[in-house]
Amino acid sequence: MSWQKVGVPILAMAIFLVLWELLVWANGWPNYKMASPSDLWPAFWKFKHLFVSMGWDTLWRTVVGLLLAVVVGVGLGMVMGFSRVMRDALYPLLVGFNAIPKATVVPIVALMFVGAHDFNTVLIAFMISFFPIAVSVSIGLSTLEPEYRDILRSLGASRVTIFWKIALPKTLPEFFGALKVAVTLAFIGTNLMEIVSPHGRGLGALFDSGKTNSDYPLMFAVLIALAFLGIVLYYVVVALEKVFAGWAERSPT
Amino acid sequence: MSEPLIEIKGVKHAYQTQAGPLPVLDGLDLSVPEGGFAAVVGPSGCGKSTLTRLVAGLMKPDQGEVWLHGQLVKGPKATVGMAFQNPVLLEWRSILKNVMLPLEIVPTKLSKRQQEDRARKLLALVGLEGFEDKRPSELSGGMRQRASLCRSLVHQPEVLILDEPFGALDAFTREDLWQTMHRLKAEEPFTGVLITHDLRESIFLADEVVVLSGRPAHTQYVMDVHLKGPRDLEHLYTPESAEALNILRHQIQIAQGRAPVEEAAQ
Ligand SMILES: Nc1ncnc2c1ncn2[C@@H]1O[C@H](COP(=O)(O)OP(=O)(O)OP(=O)(O)O)[C@@H](O)[C@H]1O
Ligand SMILES: [Mg+2]
Repeated sequence: MSWQKVGVPILAMAIFLVLWELLVWANGWPNYKMASPSDLWPAFWKFKHLFVSMGWDTLWRTVVGLLLAVVVGVGLGMVMGFSRVMRDALYPLLVGFNAIPKATVVPIVALMFVGAHDFNTVLIAFMISFFPIAVSVSIGLSTLEPEYRDILRSLGASRVTIFWKIALPKTLPEFFGALKVAVTLAFIGTNLMEIVSPHGRGLGALFDSGKTNSDYPLMFAVLIALAFLGIVLYYVVVALEKVFAGWAERSPT
Repeated sequence: MSEPLIEIKGVKHAYQTQAGPLPVLDGLDLSVPEGGFAAVVGPSGCGKSTLTRLVAGLMKPDQGEVWLHGQLVKGPKATVGMAFQNPVLLEWRSILKNVMLPLEIVPTKLSKRQQEDRARKLLALVGLEGFEDKRPSELSGGMRQRASLCRSLVHQPEVLILDEPFGALDAFTREDLWQTMHRLKAEEPFTGVLITHDLRESIFLADEVVVLSGRPAHTQYVMDVHLKGPRDLEHLYTPESAEALNILRHQIQIAQGRAPVEEAAQ
């Protein structure tokens, strides 16, 4: 990790905040139109305990939803990747399911499982994020060059061995590509549930209470907190990718 | 009296395609004695790769039989080693670990230490000493193909099947690898089938060249190569070689249906 890798993003962030502050100041916008960075810090400080506990709620439900999406997505992807028939059967269903705007699903889920807030939130995070994982794994597996299979199969290796030794590792770069999309989606899903069907938990609920109390700096502070969590989650995935699929990265020459 | 190690008798095979069955092999015979090395040449798309898949037990022929070492081939066997035009090395493994891959599948009596020693010895033999810990992406095409050859031999297969392994290499690298093949064969005796498009390659490497007809393919012509054992590249420029190449080229033209009528009628 070089100075450049850490320094440049931080510098970019600082420049962004300064420009934002200047924009608000130059236009003389009031708080309810656009809060400025200097208003945010007091808002954070005032509600710091809430930010920590609500942030944690949002975080763990997103992560659980995402893990569920990984398990189900990889499972579906394997089924579709290895069987042509299953691919033909499941693809239209999945595409249709994915096309339904999740905002419309939220009230339905909230009605179906009344009171099970954690479960509902995790469910939405899962539903919104498993699709890219399933698709990428199925494509990765079904486009495996036959020679790769044949070098092991000609030695009498079982399908399971071929999957573990070749198909799975070879699909990892695609999988992590999809996971980067999925982690952002899961995060959106969690907040969708928290905002559309508020139940007093998570950053989405904090946003909602800011709205009710016309506390505009709080609302903006929540947005920043969300962005921060989103960045953290994304880079956790990037770090995992480095560990498990770092070999796919070509040195820039 | 030693029986042939590889024996293919009257093999017929058709692929089921959307446009109906596509006959690919029709009455193919081939036999290779123990320690022999046969080259198979034929027009593009005539069924050479199909033949390798049958010998490797990856597919069953519709008709006819494939025998290896006196046993009827019914499925994949650990006594076969394969290499293709595409070296298919696993990018996430070092070269050494790539070469050792078959030993993870095939039952072996070697200890981990011995397995590694064997892989290192093979790599040294093909001139890849010092590259054991590199990733495949750090090697040139010719070097990758060398590693792929090591992998196909590491479990000491009785039968080596090579499907155009040098087809994608430039002429100089290819000639280097031909000599590497002779070195390998001297150190690690194997019985092999080499599919190739290159007639010079076929007479330089093999003891016997088999010409397949166009699709559906049968054995059209078999030539004994009189040179035995390791050869020098100069051997390719002798009058005998020129004559052998001429005959083979003519046979390929017949297989392609391009030979002048009066000649083909002979
Ligand atoms: N799995 C398959 N399904 C249907 N047809 C196939 C299949 N594999 C090969 N074929 C067809 O069978 C014929 C022979 O294929 P094969 O790959 O054995 O030829 P080849 O002699 O190796 O060709 P080349 O010299 O180009 O490598 C080709 O016409 C090909 O299109
Ligand atoms: Mg072929």
